[in-house]
This record gives sequence, structure tokens and C-alpha cells, in this order.
Amino acid sequence: MSINLQALSAQLLVGLINGSFYALLSLGLAVIFGMLNIINFAHGAVYMMGAFCAYFLLNIFGIGYWPALIIAPVLVGIFGMVMERTMLKWLAGLDNLYGLLLTFGLALIIQGVFQNYFGSSGLPYAIPDELQGGINLGFMFLPIYRGWVIVCSLVVCLATWYLIERTRLGAYLRAATENPTLVRAFGINVPRMITLTYGLGVGLAALAGVLSAPINQVRPLMGADLIIVVFAVVVIGGMGSIMGSIVTGFALGVIEGLTKYFYPEASNTVVFVLMVLVLLVKPTGLTGRAV
Amino acid sequence: MADGTMTAPGVSGSAKPAGDAMLAVQNLQAWYGESHILHGITFNVAAGEVVTLLGRNGAGKTSTLKSIMGIIGKRTGSIRFDGHDISRASSDKIARLGVAYCPEERGIFASLDVRENLMLPPEVRSGGLSLDQIFTLFPNLKERLRSQGTKLSGGEQQMLAIARILRTGARFLMLDEPTEGLAPVIIEQIGRTIARLKSEGFTILLVEQNFRFAATLADRFYVVEHGKIIDGFASSELQANMDKLHAYLGV
Repeated sequence: MSINLQALSAQLLVGLINGSFYALLSLGLAVIFGMLNIINFAHGAVYMMGAFCAYFLLNIFGIGYWPALIIAPVLVGIFGMVMERTMLKWLAGLDNLYGLLLTFGLALIIQGVFQNYFGSSGLPYAIPDELQGGINLGFMFLPIYRGWVIVCSLVVCLATWYLIERTRLGAYLRAATENPTLVRAFGINVPRMITLTYGLGVGLAALAGVLSAPINQVRPLMGADLIIVVFAVVVIGGMGSIMGSIVTGFALGVIEGLTKYFYPEASNTVVFVLMVLVLLVKPTGLTGRAV
Repeated sequence: MADGTMTAPGVSGSAKPAGDAMLAVQNLQAWYGESHILHGITFNVAAGEVVTLLGRNGAGKTSTLKSIMGIIGKRTGSIRFDGHDISRASSDKIARLGVAYCPEERGIFASLDVRENLMLPPEVRSGGLSLDQIFTLFPNLKERLRSQGTKLSGGEQQMLAIARILRTGARFLMLDEPTEGLAPVIIEQIGRTIARLKSEGFTILLVEQNFRFAATLADRFYVVEHGKIIDGFASSELQANMDKLHAYLGV
């Protein structure tokens, strides 16, 4: 079997794009799980809200893609923080099944509301003028917007990793993940940190939503479809590891892309097959700590 | 009991602190979930003093420190620190008033290196020890700054746990069994450190099982049993109370 380089690199590109979204979303899930011990099933819904936020900003206020890249994650992040303050907060100390159920219910409500007003079909969101067109790399044609999504996601992921692993604020976060009681006894307002962390995780999902709007259109169920795969990514990578979720996110996107080229029939299931295999060998995930 | 003159909890003449109390605990009761663990603790600590809580395992010494720090399930009674009522305050507020806590399990963070562990507690007052002063006190730490916190030896972890609260500027330290499980030479070093902190005007509330260690450092002792203070005396009265003390502690 001869390898068609053009088709292969096209699938690799799709894989990297999907990997960008997997990485951004699973990173947020990992940060939230570490700090709040909540498996945030509302993550797909807030991803969708990010995309809708960009859509509203453009069509109601005439605010374009570039400002939306900042404004939408901030607004959705604030929405997340309100959710944490009014609801998730009360689940602290309970089995994480409660958090899972609550966030799952919230996701259904949020998605239901959007479906009620916007149906299930996609709303268009145009690629910004600056990122139109593409570059011929010789072996393949790279649409500029797709290249931008990969680079942007990589930069944001690494910046988040740096923030958590290399800064003083990140040290607070890591310490509070280990022993919130003691960190609070040192004079740090841990409840406020928890709220901000949830806001950060939700904001990352909303950013992924804005990035995906020009590629995948804006649909109420765009997150529901994606989040299932993202949870498989998180299980494979291991909950609670920052770099683990970034690397696993991109790697699984690429593996999916390769599968699409070599054995397309398995492309939708390969992630779940890998998940089963990893769970059999290493139940805490590739980089995870025991929960 | 030989002399039979059992003093009232915490109120015998010489068991009173010399000046105004920096910490005054009155009828403190505390619960872990359903279980009632402190049954009316009353004692005080004056500025500049080293006060030790003695008692058997499970008597309520650690729970007393945790209650003062505000990290126990539920507490009632009065706790006054430096003029503030802290009996209902959250632990981060209590810490920012200048109470520094070194837990029995040391609480060194595995996901932080030594430097990050050391720099973790925020400054609550100016006038905390500088890093140079800390490295003079604990030279070992300087060589291990890049190591993972929990890779240190038990003694080094204890030094780190004490060092990090000295940076914050808090002048009131609560040390829970700082010598537990450590080699004699390390215990000696920690003893010298506490003596030095005392001479520099720190106020220290110490929980100790190691009575010999505490005897060399403390100004006053309280004996905790079944969640109550059952006796208290100054270090000058130590010899006279030796028999009683042996009976309390079962040594």
C-alpha cells in the first residue's frame, strides 16, 4: 500500500485541530478536578457558550473575532464563577458523584435552553479576514485559520502549564490541591481561589469554543458531541496532571487522524479502545495520580 | 497524689502569665463530626512566653491547636488573640492576624519544591525572617532548594515546616510535636532554634510528648487530659510537680 502524502497530512492536520480542542478542554477539566474534586460535565456546555458568545458579540454588538477571543472566555468564565459560588460550592467535601450529577444536569439545562431558541442546526461564523486563505507547504495546503488554531491552542496550553507549574500563584494552586486546609491556615483565601480556578477552567473551554466557531459552526450540541471524547482523553491521560492532559489531548487527536487515514472504520472508536486498554494496564491513566 | 493540693485548671497562682495574655482560651469545646473531643479547655499564653501543652496521646493537645487555628469541625467557647475574638473567624483570617501553625504531620507539599514550600505562606506582617536568616538557622535547606519537598529527610522537613512560618512575620507560633520521630541530634538543633526564637521575642505554644525536650524550653506547662486542662505550673515548679507529672503522663 503506497502512502498518499497529501491525504495523510490532511488527516494529520484534522487530527492536530481536534487535538487542540481536546487539549484545551481536558486541561480545564484537569485543573478543575484537581482543585474542586469535581468532574465537570458542564464543560461541553460552556465550550458551546463560548462559541455562542462570539456569535452574539458579532451579530448583536458588531464586535468581531479578535475582541471575542478575550471577551467570550471572560464572560463565560464569570458565568462559571457564579455557578461555582451559588451551586458547586455546596458540594465541597461530598463524594464527587454529586458534582458529576449536578454539572451534568446543568449541561442538559444550558443545552436545552440554547436548543429551544436556536434549534439544532449550525449558525455560521466567518473566519476573520486576517486569517483567510492558506499556504502551500509543498506537500500539502494549510488553511491559515487551522494553523492559527493549533498555534493558539498550543500557546495557551503551555502558558497555563507555566502559570500552574512555575509561578507563585500556581504554587498556591498546587498546594491547595494537596491540602486546602493547611493552605488556608497560612492565610490564603482558598474559597476565592477555588472560584477563580473554576472560572479559569471554564474560560479555557469557552476559548476553545470561540476558536472552533469558524471551523465547526455554532451549534447548541457542539459541546455535547465533543465532551464524550474529551472525557476519554482525560481518562487516558490521567486526571489531575496538567502536562499529561495537554500531551494526551494532542496525541490522541493525531492518533485519530492517523486512524482516519489507515483504517477509517475505526476512527470514531480508536480513542475509546485506547481508553479501555489504558484502564486495563494503568487504572489511574498514563500520568495520573491515584484519585 | 502525694500532696493532694490539686490546683484548679489553669488558675494556680504561678501558672498565670506575667503580662497581658496574647492568647486567651476560655471553655473551648470542639467536635470532629459527631464526636465531642474538647470539653472546656481554658488557658492563656502571654507575649514572649513559651507554653507547652503536655498530655498523653489522644488527650486533645493537637485538637486544641487546630481549634485555635480554626480548622476543626465545630468549636464553641472564647478564643481571644491579640485583642481579637477569633472563635468564629475562618482560618485564613486567623493566620493573617499573626498566628502561624506548624502541624504535627508537617504538611510539606509533594508537588512543590523546597523553595516553593518555603515561599508558600504569604507575609502577614513585615519583619519576618529573611531567606538569609533562615539559611543561617537551617543551613541544610539552602542546599536542597530545588528538591521536591517530600524528598527531604524527616528532620529537614521539620526544619522546612518551621522555617516557612518564620518568613511570614507572624510572632505567635504554634508548633505541634516538632521533635516527633527525629534523631537526637536533630532534636537538639530544633531545641536550639526554639530557644533562639524565644530570645528574639517570639511567643510559642508548643505541643510535646517529649517531656525532657519541653522541660528545657518552656516557661509554663499545662496538662491536657480527656479534652480538658487538668493542671498547670511554671517551669520553676517543675521539680516539685515531678511525681504528679509522671502520673499524668504515665511515664
